[in-house]
Amino acid sequence: MERNISLTVNGRQRELEVNDADTLLEVLRDGLKLWSVREACGVGACGSCTVLLDGRPVSACFLLAARLDGRSVETVEGLAGDDALHPIQQAFLENDAAQCGYCTPGFIMAAKALLEEHGDPTDDQIRDYLSGNLCRCGGYPNIMRAVRAAAARTSDR
Amino acid sequence: MADYSIVGRPVDRRDAVQKVTGRVLHVGNMEPAGLLHVAVLRSPHPHARIVRIDKSRAEAAPGVAAVLTGADIAAMPGITPYHGPAFADQPVLAIDRVRHEGEQVVAVAAESRRAAEEALELVEVEYEPLPVVLDVLDAIKPDAPIVHDEIRPSGAFADLAHVKAGERSNICYHYKLRKGDVDKAFAEADRIFEDVFTAPPAQHVPMEAHVSLAYVDEGGRINIHTASQSPSFVRGELARMLGVPMNRIRVRVPYLGGGYGAKLYNKLEPIVALLAMKTGRPVKYSLSREEEFQTVTKHGVVVKLKTAVKGSAMTARKCEVYWDTGAFAEIGPRIVHKSGYTSSGPYKIPNVSIDSYCVYTNKPPAGPFRGFGVPQVIWAYDSQMDIVARGLGADPVEFRLEHALEEGDLFVTGTPIHACGLKEAVRRAADAVGWDQPKAPASGSKRRGKGIACGVKAVLTPSISGAIVILNADGSANVLSSTVEMGQGSESLLAQIAAEELGMPFDRVHVVQPDTDVTPYDTISAGSRSTYHMGNAVRMAAAKVKEELFQAVAGKLEIDAADLESRDGRVFVRGAEERGMTVTEAFLAKFGSLGTTMVGEGLCQPVVTPMDPETGMSEKCTEYWFASASAVEVEVDTETGRLEVLQFHAAGDAGTAINPKYCEQQLVGAATMHLGLTLFEQMVFQDGQLLNGSLLDYQIASIKDVPAACHPIVVEVPHKDGPFGAKGIGETGALTVAAAVANALEDAVGVRVRDIPLTAERIHEALKAARKVNGGT
Repeated sequence: MERNISLTVNGRQRELEVNDADTLLEVLRDGLKLWSVREACGVGACGSCTVLLDGRPVSACFLLAARLDGRSVETVEGLAGDDALHPIQQAFLENDAAQCGYCTPGFIMAAKALLEEHGDPTDDQIRDYLSGNLCRCGGYPNIMRAVRAAAARTSDR
Repeated sequence: MADYSIVGRPVDRRDAVQKVTGRVLHVGNMEPAGLLHVAVLRSPHPHARIVRIDKSRAEAAPGVAAVLTGADIAAMPGITPYHGPAFADQPVLAIDRVRHEGEQVVAVAAESRRAAEEALELVEVEYEPLPVVLDVLDAIKPDAPIVHDEIRPSGAFADLAHVKAGERSNICYHYKLRKGDVDKAFAEADRIFEDVFTAPPAQHVPMEAHVSLAYVDEGGRINIHTASQSPSFVRGELARMLGVPMNRIRVRVPYLGGGYGAKLYNKLEPIVALLAMKTGRPVKYSLSREEEFQTVTKHGVVVKLKTAVKGSAMTARKCEVYWDTGAFAEIGPRIVHKSGYTSSGPYKIPNVSIDSYCVYTNKPPAGPFRGFGVPQVIWAYDSQMDIVARGLGADPVEFRLEHALEEGDLFVTGTPIHACGLKEAVRRAADAVGWDQPKAPASGSKRRGKGIACGVKAVLTPSISGAIVILNADGSANVLSSTVEMGQGSESLLAQIAAEELGMPFDRVHVVQPDTDVTPYDTISAGSRSTYHMGNAVRMAAAKVKEELFQAVAGKLEIDAADLESRDGRVFVRGAEERGMTVTEAFLAKFGSLGTTMVGEGLCQPVVTPMDPETGMSEKCTEYWFASASAVEVEVDTETGRLEVLQFHAAGDAGTAINPKYCEQQLVGAATMHLGLTLFEQMVFQDGQLLNGSLLDYQIASIKDVPAACHPIVVEVPHKDGPFGAKGIGETGALTVAAAVANALEDAVGVRVRDIPLTAERIHEALKAARKVNGGT
């Protein structure tokens, strides 16, 4: 059945008609054309569709949109300003942390949640936090470096 | 090293901003107006006859535009319903029979993915199960159920022209090599080592699953946007299947979310093309992760190795390799051939016999997987190298160095080795892991050990890359190439090569994405071949443009073109930089106008001497070799069998590192992927049904599986014909991981495991068995 929900997406409030079976991923991608939110496993196991729900990282493929009335969602599209990348994006860029780049938005959103929780994370904390995001290109060492650099940059500010 | 302006520099990726902002275009983001979505009904049986299909209720379901069966396709006039790169053995949709669980049977195109999926539930298919063959060694027995009664030739590739199917057998290809007198050497041997190694089927898991989109345009041409590593092949194969000229089909490929071999040849393209033709509307088909597991896999193998030793020398080796190619040959015969001839290793062994078999079973088809079969044979031969070295009381590193082939030596096929940094890779990897330092002491139940492995791969030859370079009047340039950017950095690397050759700034060179209407033929973006082949083609094309440009300048300045050089977009007299002009001035000098371009074309087409069918000998079986060595330190818990990799050093010969940063990423990335394949990845089947076909049940390496010390070692032994000496490095880091880890395991705890993955359970069992033999508990 169809129902109306109100969802804040990247700071903008949206009134959306969703089907009970629609996942958050379907609403963000198919409905709002936020193409950074990517399905890769469909079962919440790979992190490619990681978005922030009220600031917490979640797998958008594994949440039903109809249950999210009144909540707030953030995707990579909400990060960069008109003329500057977000410090985490900048750190990923400078540390060559994107190869094929398909998993990158999910990693960046997970890293954002990590750095909001731990301003100066240890390597073990980074590994724990990002272990639910998979990168088949095997770019993990550069992703580690990028997150460390982003932590240094955000804690300087 | 020569003085290059941009080659050898670690420039940033062109696509980095798009990727960190998520704006990058993938086929999945494309939504032309009127788009239909595809869902496909798949076989629940590993082998069955299709008795009856009733699709009438699905056709009448809401939102359904078309329902297609294999019989429908076979009945379309002028359409060839079978395809495949080695044999045309795979129907687009099953015809009469299904040969593996998950084979595509009925396709629906509907207004939404959900409508298409709901319509599938209304399709009725009646099957009559047939006897199933699943094990590769069972499949070669005389009474085994036969997977294909008849095999149609393909003819798609020159290097497979010799591939001919056998009759009434599951062996669809047999590669054979005979060198020296193996029987005599075994009869005279001091010691004989005999081992059987296995590797299971596994999955590529590109994070972007397969996705293809097709539409028929106003002029009736078929347009395909597809996540493919082989746009040129897709165009040619579709033209053949649809019975239309090649220029009636246009294939475009945007950025790929990973490939690793999974996205080669035809996958979803025939289905979307046929449905677009049938409905007259755009059609998109994207696979779920579960469907990925049913689409293409890594070949499982059984490798039997027998090695004769006399004194301290290896005198003979006999290799039997059985490749499980699943229900369709895919590119199996090429893998069986190319990897087959390297399966005795890059070592001095005077007498060798190799038999490499491509075998059908009722499993999902196995195809190319980063390394093209070579990781499987190195897993076997470089595990056995350690067994032999230990058996002889030799140091494993020294034993390899003593036997390793070097410059000018003949490979087992009779082809001379050139530019193969094998020994340097071994030495540097061994140094990095601290090979000569004493082993770390045991701590509680934990034991540490070090392992090394090496090997080589021969690049696919013959193959073809064409490129066009267009110089614009303002000094910017376009490079037309069908190489697919899938994360390896080819776009930036080809721009580096073009900029270097032209003497133009890197940021003024744009590389056009594959579009078969404009970018020339390229065999495949795979097999570590693009840097060399496409790199050479781009360099040649750029050199032709430069020649025209220099002629224009030379005419105006009234000097010899040979006295000119170019740098930073300016052409000038060597030694007198003030005498020269910009590209724009050169265009005005030559054409009197800026409304034109200078165009050059390049073609790289290495050839081979065909192998003797009986002996496998060839004076030239490959264009170049690339060497790999891995050195690892592991810690094994003797109580649980858990193995942790503490240090990983991935060494590989790049020839010349055009971009050192990308070379390092490729080495580490390939090693990380294969660390997962070594330690835990495997597709598990029961009665032909896949038990772990999702990422909940099939684990790949995460950030936690990468050792804190994970280091690339880029060896550079320039190739005489490579672009600036470069070869390829996309697979190199993958080749030697499994054997290095198994060798370290034995070093740590004294047990030898001959089957990957090296799970805790397997190691625990091996430890238990060893304790029993040693009289313990």
